[in-house]
Amino acid sequence: MAVAEGGVKPGKASFLYDARIRAIVYQVIMAGAVVMFFAWLTMNTLDNLEQRGIASGFGFLNHPAGFGVPFSLIEYTEASPYRTVFILGVLNTLFVSFVGIILATIVGFTLGVMRLSKNYLISRIAAVYLETFRNIPLLLQILFWYIGVLQLMPQQRSSIIIFDNVFVNNRGIFYPALKAEPGFMAVPIAFLVGIVATFILRGWVKRRRDATGQGFPTVWAGLGLIFGLPIIAALVTGLPWTWSLPRLQGFGFKGGSVIIPEFLALLLALTIYTAAFIGEIVRAGIQAVSHGQTEAAHALGIKPGTTLRLVIIPQAMRIIIPPLISQYLNLVKNSSLAPAIGYPEMTQVWAGTVLNQSGQALECIAMVMGTYCIISLSISGVMNWYNARVALVGR
Amino acid sequence: MSQTDFGETQAVFTPKPDLPPPAITVGIIGWVRGNLLPDWFNGAMTVLALIGLYFVIPPVVNWALLDAHFVGDSRKACKPNVQIVRDQVVTQATMPDGSTMEVTTSADRIVVPEGVVPNVRWERRMVEGVVRGKGREYAKVVVEKDVVIEGACWVFVGVRFDQFIYGFYPKSERWRPTVVIGIGLLMIIYMLTDGLPHRGRVAMFLLIPFPVIAFFMFSGGVMGMPHVDNSKWGGLVLTIIISSVAITGALPLGVALALGRRSQMPIIRWFCIIVIEFFRSVPMITILFMALVVLPLFLPPGTSFDQLLRVLIGVTIFIAAYTAEVVRGGLAALPTGQYEAANALGLGYWKMMRLIILPQALRIMIPAIVSLFIGIFKDTTLVQIVGLNDLLTMVQLAVTDAQWIGLSKEGYFFCGFVFFIFCFSMSRYSMYLERKLHTGH
Amino acid sequence: MKNTAILTLGVGAAMFATAAYAGMVDDIKKRGELICGVTTGLAGFAAPNDKGEWAGFDVDICRAVAAGVLGDSMKVKFVPTTGKSRFPTLQSGEVDMLARNTTWTFDRDVKLGFEFAGVNFYDGQGFMVRKDLGVKSALELDGATVCVATGSTTELNLGDYFRANNMKYVPVVFEKSDEIRAGYIAGRCDAYTTDRSGLAAQRSQMPNPDAHVVLPEVISKEPLGPLVRHGDNQWGDVVRWTLNVLIIAEEKGLTSANVDGMKGSTNDPEVKRLLGMEGEYGARLGLPNDWALNIIKQVGNYSETYERNIGPNTPIGLTRGVNAAWNKGGILYSPPFR
Repeated sequence: MAVAEGGVKPGKASFLYDARIRAIVYQVIMAGAVVMFFAWLTMNTLDNLEQRGIASGFGFLNHPAGFGVPFSLIEYTEASPYRTVFILGVLNTLFVSFVGIILATIVGFTLGVMRLSKNYLISRIAAVYLETFRNIPLLLQILFWYIGVLQLMPQQRSSIIIFDNVFVNNRGIFYPALKAEPGFMAVPIAFLVGIVATFILRGWVKRRRDATGQGFPTVWAGLGLIFGLPIIAALVTGLPWTWSLPRLQGFGFKGGSVIIPEFLALLLALTIYTAAFIGEIVRAGIQAVSHGQTEAAHALGIKPGTTLRLVIIPQAMRIIIPPLISQYLNLVKNSSLAPAIGYPEMTQVWAGTVLNQSGQALECIAMVMGTYCIISLSISGVMNWYNARVALVGR
Repeated sequence: MSQTDFGETQAVFTPKPDLPPPAITVGIIGWVRGNLLPDWFNGAMTVLALIGLYFVIPPVVNWALLDAHFVGDSRKACKPNVQIVRDQVVTQATMPDGSTMEVTTSADRIVVPEGVVPNVRWERRMVEGVVRGKGREYAKVVVEKDVVIEGACWVFVGVRFDQFIYGFYPKSERWRPTVVIGIGLLMIIYMLTDGLPHRGRVAMFLLIPFPVIAFFMFSGGVMGMPHVDNSKWGGLVLTIIISSVAITGALPLGVALALGRRSQMPIIRWFCIIVIEFFRSVPMITILFMALVVLPLFLPPGTSFDQLLRVLIGVTIFIAAYTAEVVRGGLAALPTGQYEAANALGLGYWKMMRLIILPQALRIMIPAIVSLFIGIFKDTTLVQIVGLNDLLTMVQLAVTDAQWIGLSKEGYFFCGFVFFIFCFSMSRYSMYLERKLHTGH
Repeated sequence: MKNTAILTLGVGAAMFATAAYAGMVDDIKKRGELICGVTTGLAGFAAPNDKGEWAGFDVDICRAVAAGVLGDSMKVKFVPTTGKSRFPTLQSGEVDMLARNTTWTFDRDVKLGFEFAGVNFYDGQGFMVRKDLGVKSALELDGATVCVATGSTTELNLGDYFRANNMKYVPVVFEKSDEIRAGYIAGRCDAYTTDRSGLAAQRSQMPNPDAHVVLPEVISKEPLGPLVRHGDNQWGDVVRWTLNVLIIAEEKGLTSANVDGMKGSTNDPEVKRLLGMEGEYGARLGLPNDWALNIIKQVGNYSETYERNIGPNTPIGLTRGVNAAWNKGGILYSPPFR
């Protein structure tokens, strides 16, 4: 132990020991270092750009792209500017993620419930599924579906034909497309009205149940509204559409619509992989609801199905939803593996093709990362909002 | 015991032996009833599941094992050794408009040459085909012909096995990665086994000097070992290298970020939050692209570093953000009493962290870290996108090789199997730890 | 008790020093190894052979440069690059040069900051289809699905060609050439488009090469050649004149077999200058005077590497065509060596 020389009187400690001053010093150093680091990066980048004669800036967004894209939700030709390519990529990312989330949720919940089934066989099958697909890399699964399965589908001429009008082959699934005629807008409008009406109905049922204890078949009524209204609208307007049927002609199918194998492979892999995680989350969530809750509900004479719907699931959801949403987030991020098989989503078209064709590496990567940040932050925002809401109603 | 006298009558209760349970609740029948057929709904599900399994399991087992080819050293070993004779048959073809016409087409018949033991099975099937009519029209025909039943060609995996494991690492030097990874594994097992002495020291050795030794063993150029450039590293070995380096580097970095995030100092806290949230909100592939095309722009002109190193840095920082969240969870799980007690003892911040908090928090975190490692292990497959030859890339190179074209299923099955073995055993270990931790409380 | 409080600053002083920019030739000599960017594998041009050694027409350019600079054609480290990674890899200095069937274009020469050292193969983009499709011309491809490499000039030419001819197509994009081949074989697309040399190379790798045909149309000019970064002209000269040495050697009839003999017997002043018997031509490039001799002895002349890797007697089977020497009906031409 060092001998205290002169000694520092208590209460007059060296300023170095003052926690507040130390904190300020640390932070100033930290801030300085960060600023210096970024300044250094910027300087280097500017030097490099100048030395290599790379023009920076976003002017290239207005240049024509010049290349074709196999799948687009918006109008796109080779003459379209790069900015259209970007929108196309973002939309394709959102599209595959959206469909993937819906399918993964359905499959995942089914698996989670199956895993808890008293039926040994069903529970085992679910367990094997969960363990297998969680432990195999997603990229491998994508490639397996694409190269190992979809590319080995029959050639166009020997397509598998379903109901005479759906053709499955190694170029994708060709199916009849709906061509809208005047008055068609009534159908989607009726659909939206149905959704809104269902929500209103749900509110009314809940109020009535709280007040009188009477039940109401909300699910059936809701389904009736959501699907019944559009059907009525369609009938009233006289079926305002025609079908465009796919027919093999020349090099490929003319008419109809197509789901390309690149999309299908990505979707299948994302669904199967994410569903395995969701299944595990659902299982854990349901198991976390105390068994006493089920017993109490049974003791009150509530039917098993109703118990599940009104007692177990609402409580399990509170545990399930936060990890579920982070799985959704993972699915969106994982859709970026598309470059491996060439599905034209954001990473593939923007950080791949456009980056190469335009040479604007910095701008392209920044735009892609920025977009993912925005998507992720929005999803976490929703999650935080939900958590706060659950915490408020928590009893 | 005193007997109470109730007069003449004395009732003694002598229990009769229990009746055996009804036959339908015990043994196999009971199990089946209880687990497979408790009610009509479950009964239906069981039947459905059995039908489903019937359509999945026999074909897969036939393909992967019974009809598969295991021995040989070239594609020939998997080619059927029977003769396929093309017979000409006359049959009716259906034109697209529904009319029929007579066409001559070929129907295969399989003949076993004398003295040959057929290495494949075949069966006679009705096969639908198309024949070209006039112009671009195609007519449908149905012919009965012999079809060879396809089996897996594991010969392919056998021939390429060394490459799948070691990449292009020179043959004579392959003992080096084997030894390093073997020793590393042994040390990890030692460290994780309860009740062995000096586990902490082994851990320290594994974290600090071992990576350096491992690097020199892989790279060579010292002690008479020839230099092996890292462009030759590949296969499963590279997968293990990348994931191990990433987790080793990410742990300290993640702890630092997590502590920073919990810090009282706003600038440090915000800096850490931004770093963590940024890396958690972008996909790993964009980080790899950044390491590939943008990182060179950030460095002073004229400096360059290795592709592998760039990828390692990118992956490590990426994983560190996730590690930080795991650490934060571990720190939050500790009772506040621990912090208060440490403060009461007069320990400073760093001493409190080093002696009280982190040792406990890290122990709680082990299962989460193992899960994280499983994630990294699977994610290393993405490095193929930047041109490194990990296990999956080696498999892909092999399946696109002209000599072996069409054997992608075998390649992917093998690759999936290897990943499954690694990840599954790790996840089982993590679950075991979790259970142990829970009973400990 | 007094402790010396030490603020340990985790922030190391950032290294601001920029690495000194020595000449590439000296760097390579010091390193003892040339680092050359090639494709991830294109039969005949650059692919690892059975022994795991890189071989091919582009690989030979790298080997020739190594023979000239280091005196040993085997002292090359090959870095496989994809269509995406090739330019960043060269820009960042990770490779010394790129010999990767790369088309010389204005943008790449000027905007990306590269210097093309010449053309080692005059190529043009074409289409390959299955014979049984019965297609005879690219103009019949309206509505076809076409496999193409992403991030290439090929992708843009394809778009231009179909647009110019008012035809429609569906692109299927892949990153690596072997993935495209696998997709084409599986029937994912009707046609495969890339440089005609590439098509020939890919066809040779197919299970049944005769079932596929390369259509007659050439829809673009694709001069392929090695390239280096801007900024070191001497290094650019070394690569350019290595390529020229190969071409001159063919013109003068120098081969790997006869070059030692020719050294003693020749009276041709240009050959004497080339082989270092007259003048100090090597020294002006910072190389030993027998550099060209080493190139020819170890790699051979242009014709030798052509015939060995992609010529009519190889599976690739490309005839010389426009790539014949200028005095034999082609357009291959080297500036005079003086």
